[in-house]
Amino acid sequence: MPESMPDLSPAIPVTCPFCGLLCDDVTVRASGAEIKVVDRGCAVSRRALEQNAPDLSPRIGGRAAELDEAVAAAAALLANARQPLIGGLATDVTGMRAVMSLADRIGAVLDHMNAPAKFRNLLAVQEGGWITTTLAEVKNRADLVVLAGTDVVTRFPRFFERFVWTDETLFGLSSAQREVVYLGRDLDMAAGIAPDGRRPFQIPCDVVALGAAFGALRALMAGRELQAETVAGVPMAQWRTLADKLKSARYAVVVWAAADFDFPHAELTVRALCELIKDLNRSTRAAGLPLGGSDGDFTADGVELWQTGFPFRTGFGSGVAEYDPQRFATARLLAQGEADALLWIASFDERRAPPGSAVPTVVLGRPGMVCEREPEVFIPVGTPGVDHAGHLFRTDKVVMLPLRRLRESGLPSVARVVAAIDEAIAPC
Amino acid sequence: MLTRLRGGRVYDPAHGVDGEVRDLYVRDGRMVEAPPPDERIDHDYDLAGRVVMAGGIDLHTHIGGGKVNIARVMLPEDHRADPLPRGSLTRSSCGHAAPGTLATGYRYAEMGYTACFEPAVLPINARQAHMEMGDTPMVDKGGYAMLGSDDFLLRLLAAREDQQAINDYVAWTLHASQCIGIKVVNPGGISAFKFNQRSLDLDEEHAWYRVTPRRILEVLTRAVHELGVPHPLHVHASNLGVPGNVDTTLATMEAAQGLPIHLTHIQFHSYGTEGDRRFSSGAARIAEAINAHGNVTADVGQIMFGQTVTASGDTMAQHRNSHLASPKKFVVMDIECDAGCGVVPFRYRDKNFVNALQWAIGLEIFLLVSDPWRIFLTTDHPNGAPFTSYPHLIRLLMDRSYRKEALAKIQPDAAALSTLGSLEREYSLYEIAIMTRAAPARILGLTDRGRLGPGAAADIVVYRDEADRERMFARPEYVFKDGELVVRDGAVVKVVWGNTHVVKPEFDRGIERKLAPYFERYQTLRMDNFKISDDEMCECGHGSRLLPHPCRKP
Repeated sequence: MPESMPDLSPAIPVTCPFCGLLCDDVTVRASGAEIKVVDRGCAVSRRALEQNAPDLSPRIGGRAAELDEAVAAAAALLANARQPLIGGLATDVTGMRAVMSLADRIGAVLDHMNAPAKFRNLLAVQEGGWITTTLAEVKNRADLVVLAGTDVVTRFPRFFERFVWTDETLFGLSSAQREVVYLGRDLDMAAGIAPDGRRPFQIPCDVVALGAAFGALRALMAGRELQAETVAGVPMAQWRTLADKLKSARYAVVVWAAADFDFPHAELTVRALCELIKDLNRSTRAAGLPLGGSDGDFTADGVELWQTGFPFRTGFGSGVAEYDPQRFATARLLAQGEADALLWIASFDERRAPPGSAVPTVVLGRPGMVCEREPEVFIPVGTPGVDHAGHLFRTDKVVMLPLRRLRESGLPSVARVVAAIDEAIAPC
Repeated sequence: MLTRLRGGRVYDPAHGVDGEVRDLYVRDGRMVEAPPPDERIDHDYDLAGRVVMAGGIDLHTHIGGGKVNIARVMLPEDHRADPLPRGSLTRSSCGHAAPGTLATGYRYAEMGYTACFEPAVLPINARQAHMEMGDTPMVDKGGYAMLGSDDFLLRLLAAREDQQAINDYVAWTLHASQCIGIKVVNPGGISAFKFNQRSLDLDEEHAWYRVTPRRILEVLTRAVHELGVPHPLHVHASNLGVPGNVDTTLATMEAAQGLPIHLTHIQFHSYGTEGDRRFSSGAARIAEAINAHGNVTADVGQIMFGQTVTASGDTMAQHRNSHLASPKKFVVMDIECDAGCGVVPFRYRDKNFVNALQWAIGLEIFLLVSDPWRIFLTTDHPNGAPFTSYPHLIRLLMDRSYRKEALAKIQPDAAALSTLGSLEREYSLYEIAIMTRAAPARILGLTDRGRLGPGAAADIVVYRDEADRERMFARPEYVFKDGELVVRDGAVVKVVWGNTHVVKPEFDRGIERKLAPYFERYQTLRMDNFKISDDEMCECGHGSRLLPHPCRKP
């Protein structure tokens, strides 16, 4: 498809693809391959948008190669594998569509680099479901914002600026009427201080104990007596205060980032949280806001879901789509030697190199990636929204935003490379 | 290239053709007149004894968009039971309640459907809906943009803006979301639920905007009419599933004030409160009203017994019914000051009084509405049942003794309360062709689909004339899509990607002077990113064509 280059000599607003918020008001100026964030940038967008690594050449066994040679080598490696794994999957809609075709053809397993976090939510949805909301509802409606085990801003820097401390709301809600609560310790709470100087309410519990805390809150809200004097190491009075705040809020939003629930069986914590929110909705309104969507994780998952009916950790080795969140985890497949080839896709972040393993590996990576060992084939690829146009899902999995090309780098898209591999393997 | 379909019995209600033996000719994807006798026929099909119809058109089926993907993710246990293996031409996917897009396209085509319309496209989610439909092979697609709980419209109404501003906004939405119609779901109710209102009757005020569902219906029916959009306002009425809602539904018909209105999945809106259990059939009153109101059309939303999943924009109703979820899980989502969605898995049981009566009510409506041009065959896939149950439903309509056998198996109190056993009507093939082909094409403004006359698109289905109508409609012998043979003996033989149908009514772009600051101040993306361009549609749809249909202002 022909892509016209937008004129970027004046600063224009673009969509930043580097976290799940997909801010589309970031202004940049581009000159050749150099991109400069002019306004409304953040630490994440400046780092990722402004980088320009020089290593644009594909490599086979560490030696520079032409793109078509690298594609042929990748195709041979994958076609000869008995159980290929396509991991990483940090790409856009078009890239993932190409991946789906290839995976089905070669009987690959699909898994995403962010799957360990994503499954904390996914298993909770499959077990019990949830009540959630989206960013514009938070911005216009949320009078109580509870951050559970996360400071949010480390991963999603502009969250408070864009959705909490804003007075432009549909229903007369001002910053002064919003309250922020943090559940957790060692969090950067600076962003949670209101414009009028009010400090957030903090319950300094351990994130691992949040599940117990949510259970206690449910009991308190149901009017049950609890014998315990502390829950999650915090006096009961504090939980009572929070229970009252939740019940009296008109639209409480509990925010979490599954990536920050980094402990075993965190899906049970998410489950407890979701049931707490369901309880609240018997009498008032409240919703969860699970934050994610970085590295294209919701995008890859979305495309796989709509095409096959299953989320990632689906394999095609037996000729039908099989979903198994335990068996098809990347770490397990590599550790057990069950995968004998890895295609690793990471087009947003050069720091997300493939996990170390001896399995023959093809990497489609952002230039500048340093791998633990030189992969059999390395093909530098463009980043959607920087080097080529594309589409990504935002954190809410509702809004899909178009991304534009910002520079002429000559880097091929994941879609183009994967389609070429697919074509090389397809029977004539 | 010229194809002849020779000697089949043709059912083409758009041209009043009722089972006449005819030869049909296809050239370059279109139906054509009989060529001169010396012209070479490239492909000749002997269809003696076969039944020939235009391709089926499903005007209400949830095949793409956020709520469908939520339903998919929630139901791995359902999907595992219905895998679709990779074939030599087709890709792996899975079926049943919320199938993958690939299975959806293959299976619709395998039962002779060539066009499907997604009835609940949230404008904010339209890009995803079109991406999913773009990945749905074999069939044509289109969507209805959901309005009525979006804050922009409610603000226009609260500010008493004139009808012209509303018309411009409705037209702008159709362009921006690339849709063919407008749908309203529980008018105002999705927004009211965000303000903790748990019900919203037709004349009840929204807590914040002080606007009633009736007012929303009035301005939207009028907007659609005045813009000349062929498809009438597509209405999911207030009080879905609530016993006694038959009165709301009848009042909703009146609220249209004589303008065209389409009431969708009307079975879920036809409940009375008679009997010991305070739940009864309102089908007779509903059918009588449809028969008496020429401006009203409806699709049924038939339920079938078994596992399915309900996916709806009606968060208020879905949350209310979430305790009935089976398996016990549900998702409710407030969405972006635009709408919402609720997904509740559901198992309809034939021995459950309410479910059994729901089943009977749907069939009563089918049999009591006299004009097949104004009643449409749907299960509100997947809400009443997966679309793959259509052949079974067709047999229930066409085969009285089969229907009575089925009635004898349901919960006896429900069977006793229903008039179904006394309804002797059997649908004819001609009537089935009306309600699944000619009528949906007409009501959607698809002037060259759902018909077989010269000039029409060659979407054609050939069935064996079997006494078992379920078998017959489950497995056509041939399906042609835009003139190409795509299904043979119920199996895909060529993968195509279909077209996307849209409307592009004229409007005053000055409405963007109101919209741009609204996006700037309250929304979380820029207005330009909300709008989907024609180029984007084509790039994202496997090169499928965008087919705009004309709007004719009254």
